[in-house]
Amino acid sequence: MADLSYPEDLRYTEDHEWARKDGDELVIGITAFAQSQLGDVVYVDLPDVGKDVKAGSDFGVVESTKAVSELLSPVNGTVTARNDALVDAPEAVNEDPYGKAWMIKVKPADPGAFDALMDAKAYAAFVAKQG
Amino acid sequence: MAPRRTPLYDSHVRHGGKLVEFAGWELPVQYEGVIAEHKAVREAAGLFDVSHMGEVVFEGPGALETCNELVTNDLNKAADGQAIYAGLLNEAGGFVDDVICYRFSPEKILVCVNASNADKDFAWMKAHAKPGPVVRDDSKDWAQLAIQGPKAVGILQKLAKTDLSSIAFFHFAEVEIDGKPVIAARTGYTGEDGFEIFCRPADAEALWEAILAAGKPDGLVPCGLGARDSLRLEAKLALYGNDIDDEHTPLEAGLGWIVKFDKPSFTGKAALEKQKAEGPRRKLVGFTLTERGIPRHGYPVLADGAQVGVVTSGTMSPTLGIPIGLAYVPPELTSEGSTFAVEIRGKPVAAKVVKTPFYKRK
Repeated sequence: MADLSYPEDLRYTEDHEWARKDGDELVIGITAFAQSQLGDVVYVDLPDVGKDVKAGSDFGVVESTKAVSELLSPVNGTVTARNDALVDAPEAVNEDPYGKAWMIKVKPADPGAFDALMDAKAYAAFVAKQG
Repeated sequence: MAPRRTPLYDSHVRHGGKLVEFAGWELPVQYEGVIAEHKAVREAAGLFDVSHMGEVVFEGPGALETCNELVTNDLNKAADGQAIYAGLLNEAGGFVDDVICYRFSPEKILVCVNASNADKDFAWMKAHAKPGPVVRDDSKDWAQLAIQGPKAVGILQKLAKTDLSSIAFFHFAEVEIDGKPVIAARTGYTGEDGFEIFCRPADAEALWEAILAAGKPDGLVPCGLGARDSLRLEAKLALYGNDIDDEHTPLEAGLGWIVKFDKPSFTGKAALEKQKAEGPRRKLVGFTLTERGIPRHGYPVLADGAQVGVVTSGTMSPTLGIPIGLAYVPPELTSEGSTFAVEIRGKPVAAKVVKTPFYKRK
């Protein structure tokens, strides 16, 4: 299991997704806290490239042995890439949530959307309040 | 209402169990992880807290006859010291609960019931029992541990003077484990060999720790409800509230073997005889998905685009690495190889009926 860390270079949402800047695109995944709450991830469903995503709306699904959870996009935008390797090895979500378990790349509609998300410190404080 | 805690609550917290509410109880859903615990049970052994289960006792002259009248299986065909799995049915033949009846003697039967049904079952049994024996809810007097897996019996033997291997499958004995008086029953809910141990609540924690310590060199780990569910599903053991309930009969659930029609009478017999003569209109089958997805309780079963059934349980099988599920489907879709679709988030996903249990120990 990955430890519950929140890298400084990422931004976070209250729905426990993270975003990382990659040129003018954003890489998106779920946080270490999210995977720890889900338990063993056994299935990931991701959108096709070219699909539009909306902030706060679901772009895919992650399933653990016990539960189904929606993946909620941090920003409005268009999917530019999808991590097909993750579909075949969903356990990476537990093992490496910020690395191998990236889910999609999105071209954000608003280039400033990234900076509007929570930073690591704010997210860690948010998680602490979740108990 | 705050969830109840078993005598092992402190142990669960101490061992890092992730506690959730289940059937009105606060119990660990996992410790290390569902898949690791599941595999430990298949390959070595796992220890479960099942203290939430209820125990109803029929005692006194006529205990066996009175209990036998309420359940589908036949206590007359069991010996003293033998347990039988049975349906506790309503008049329509639906399950009030599925239970295990432990025959101590013709004058003492202990019925182990599901936690979610314990109060309902006791009220039902009190209301429908013929006068004579005492019908008593002893749930507070018992804690229960289950040790399951190929190494379970050997591990438990380290703590017992009695030869536990002499207790046959679905038999039980009053023995001492680690010096504490228990009922050791060679039963379980995982598809593996092992014991379910009824003990005094005051002894539960010491027993839990002693068994964990004795089994550590053999790979024994504490397990939560998550692994319990995936293990029982691979073994096609029904879960009340998912696969069976008051609207489904044993014949529909593929549990005809627990119904003894040669008994003179039992609650629900007339309804089951009628259903048997007419043939059930739906049956529980095991299936796998032949496309990507995981079936879950409540997902619709589709044939030619129309709903014809419903999924009752489903998961990604940790042992087999494929999605597995149980569903009620019409009779024409029950044979091995039959195909239908499971609707997952609005999309039909192809499914195929397979032989069950999905997993059978060698």
